[in-house]
Amino acid sequence: MQLRARERIDHSVKLLVKTTGFLVIAILGGIFFMLLWNTAAFFLKIKPMDFITGTQWNPSGNPATYGILPLLVSTCLVTLGAMVIAIPLGIGTASFLSEYAGKRLKNILKPIIEMLAAVPSVAIGFLGIVILGPGIAQLTGQPNGLNALNGAILLAVMALPTIITVAEDALHGVPHMYKEASYAVGASKWKTLIYVTIPAAAPGILAAVMLGVGRAIGETMTVLMATGNASAFPKGFFNSVRTITATIAIEMGEVPYQTTHYYSLFAIAAVLFLITLAVNLLGEHYVNKFRKYHSA
Amino acid sequence: MNKDDIKLSASSVNLWFGNKQVLKNINVSFPKNQITALIGPSGCGKSTLLRCFNRMHDLSPDARIEGKFLLEQQDLYENDLSVTQVRSRIGMVFQKANPFPKSIYENINYGLKINDVPKEKRQSIIENALKESYIWEEVKDEMQKPATRLSGGQQQRLCIARAVSLRPEVILMDEPCSALDPLSTLKIEELIVKLKKDYTIIIVTHNMQQAQRVADKTVFMYLGEIIEEGDTKTLFSDPKNDLTANYVKGHFG
Amino acid sequence: MIKKLTSVIEWSTLLLSTGIVCLFLIIILWDLISKGAPSLSWEFVSTLPREGMTKGGILPAIIGTVLLTMITALVAVPFGISCAIYLNEYASDNWVTRLIRASIRNLAGVPSIIYGLFGLALFVQGLQMGTSLLSAGFTLGLLSLPYIIITTEEALRRIPASTREAALAVGATQFESIVDVVLPSALPGILTGVVLTLSRAAGETAPILFTGVAFYINNPSGFINQEFMSLPYHLYMLSTQHQAIEEVRPLAYGTALVLIIVVFLLNLTAFYIRYKHSKNE
Repeated sequence: MQLRARERIDHSVKLLVKTTGFLVIAILGGIFFMLLWNTAAFFLKIKPMDFITGTQWNPSGNPATYGILPLLVSTCLVTLGAMVIAIPLGIGTASFLSEYAGKRLKNILKPIIEMLAAVPSVAIGFLGIVILGPGIAQLTGQPNGLNALNGAILLAVMALPTIITVAEDALHGVPHMYKEASYAVGASKWKTLIYVTIPAAAPGILAAVMLGVGRAIGETMTVLMATGNASAFPKGFFNSVRTITATIAIEMGEVPYQTTHYYSLFAIAAVLFLITLAVNLLGEHYVNKFRKYHSA
Repeated sequence: MNKDDIKLSASSVNLWFGNKQVLKNINVSFPKNQITALIGPSGCGKSTLLRCFNRMHDLSPDARIEGKFLLEQQDLYENDLSVTQVRSRIGMVFQKANPFPKSIYENINYGLKINDVPKEKRQSIIENALKESYIWEEVKDEMQKPATRLSGGQQQRLCIARAVSLRPEVILMDEPCSALDPLSTLKIEELIVKLKKDYTIIIVTHNMQQAQRVADKTVFMYLGEIIEEGDTKTLFSDPKNDLTANYVKGHFG
Repeated sequence: MIKKLTSVIEWSTLLLSTGIVCLFLIIILWDLISKGAPSLSWEFVSTLPREGMTKGGILPAIIGTVLLTMITALVAVPFGISCAIYLNEYASDNWVTRLIRASIRNLAGVPSIIYGLFGLALFVQGLQMGTSLLSAGFTLGLLSLPYIIITTEEALRRIPASTREAALAVGATQFESIVDVVLPSALPGILTGVVLTLSRAAGETAPILFTGVAFYINNPSGFINQEFMSLPYHLYMLSTQHQAIEEVRPLAYGTALVLIIVVFLLNLTAFYIRYKHSKNE
């Protein structure tokens, strides 16, 4: 091929791939703009204060109420429960993988964790209905066991692979000399782990937790299927709850376009977006901190 | 030196990576059909200077180059001269052998293909290049074998064959033996000396014995500047500069 | 003696948490396989649902999921690889590049239901594509994009600079060095990332809820401008929305098992590519 033609191709390709790079910014911008636009339309009709402090979510009631608090509290409750379960299990497993497991055991355990991560959320939600729900019902004497606890346990299962993988990377990244220094003064493996390795890896572990939180907050299908979706203000883990994600999933299919109700779903989505954004930025901050700390 | 004997030259060259100046006011010329060695402690800018000649810095966005580079009368950084043209006239062999992850045959054929060498001519060119690089006998029966399965020394000779197959005028060699065992090094050095009748060769090396064994001319660099240059024998036996003297005696580096 | 005992207890704590994590996977697989297997039959995967979904098979859902995943791949793979090439091969480190990278990381963290809303606003309504296989595929394509970019860039980053220089030094243009040398070397890594991402997309439900998935269609050979059935949504419907939930439970188990087989097969493919590649190196 002629040199000229080859160089022209080279140049066009460079432009083409550059365009795709910019399109990525456009997609995030588009999502942001869509949420902003529809949320603005919502706030033309409903006062922001009523939205933020309202304790009732009942868009089809008369009068319709659009208080985000019950949804927000539900989301936080389920996520909190998930983390109470997933953080100790995740750090324990990550420590085991990084400090105790031999190479062969690792080669078995890692694919297991990847497999767990691959299970679709709808399948986990299904098991929440058919296994966990009846189990919880039996223990508590409730009719079906579809409540915040159920959702929390399922979300813990879903967040665990993320937490384990990132936390293990962090533990693994702790320089060997720290541990050797600890062994040198006679500390046991366990003491070294608790007093040296985990504190040294703390920013990385925090990042793992943040990514796990982000995963749990944004999850839709499991909570939609397993938490019962009562829109009353949640009182505790044994209550049926309805998260932001589940509310969008349930109601978006049924609302007419461009009604207040329609816009309201974008408004709660915007809140969800901001929360996950904040959580992910925080996670990223800790990842960077961890890297800086140990590359210095 | 007669002007006609100069194959390649650089004048008033300054180079920065970001804010850091790596080359300072370099003026140097390389005689035709001779081997010139660039020596100096690591970080002195010898590889950086070498890579200027085939414009390998074009892709690093933070590199800024000033000065003039001439291949005979041709300005290498002239606006309407394409970088691929420069590179087909000035070949390069790298520090670590970097054959393509393809067959031995394809390793040589690739450069010919993209440089528009007609198909019917390629077979003989490939064979000649491999013979010229003294690797033909070792690979002639397994041309379809992945090049990455060859030994380190064989890979480097294949890379030299890849460079000579394009009939460049100049071959730049960036520490070509630094990753090899003594025996392979010896073979490559013999090969380099044989190649000089057809090519002008510039070799960067940190090995002073190597410079003395192969080079006609030697250039000593330190902290981005050329300290001393001249006939290899003289530079090593009777250096004029104290820095050079200390370096060639092995006092630092 | 006491020291030894405490060390055993300490060690067991970690072992126990690892055991519990493994137990989760075992329970999931055991329950789905033991209760789903009886529903599996050739008829189940090759026929249409009958009698208001209480009998028959799930063929349209399988076809829908396969087509949906293919459209997702067609959108996300070229786009994602191209973007990764830009970032790793061309872009210099300036604020625009950092903005692109920040966008990618944030896109990866956006909840999938928000992608559903975006697909609804952009494809279904904005571009008038309606609720259709195409709208849903595009939506899932956007969702998959950041993962494809991230994994592809990682694969490209592992290719040493000297490989690129080898091609440039014989006179290849930058594009030629990428297509002829860099991409083939990075292919196993890229493929692994693509297959893993697609396996995830195949199991996604939230993004397709409002963009095209349907409870029931009677035409198994779906067209891209029509609504479609999919395995994860079918499972959701059978387990929560059907009027005879207890009666269709075996069908739900069967669907769940087929879904998880599809997803795991894709995962095993990715593992295999990765394993083979690591052995070659």
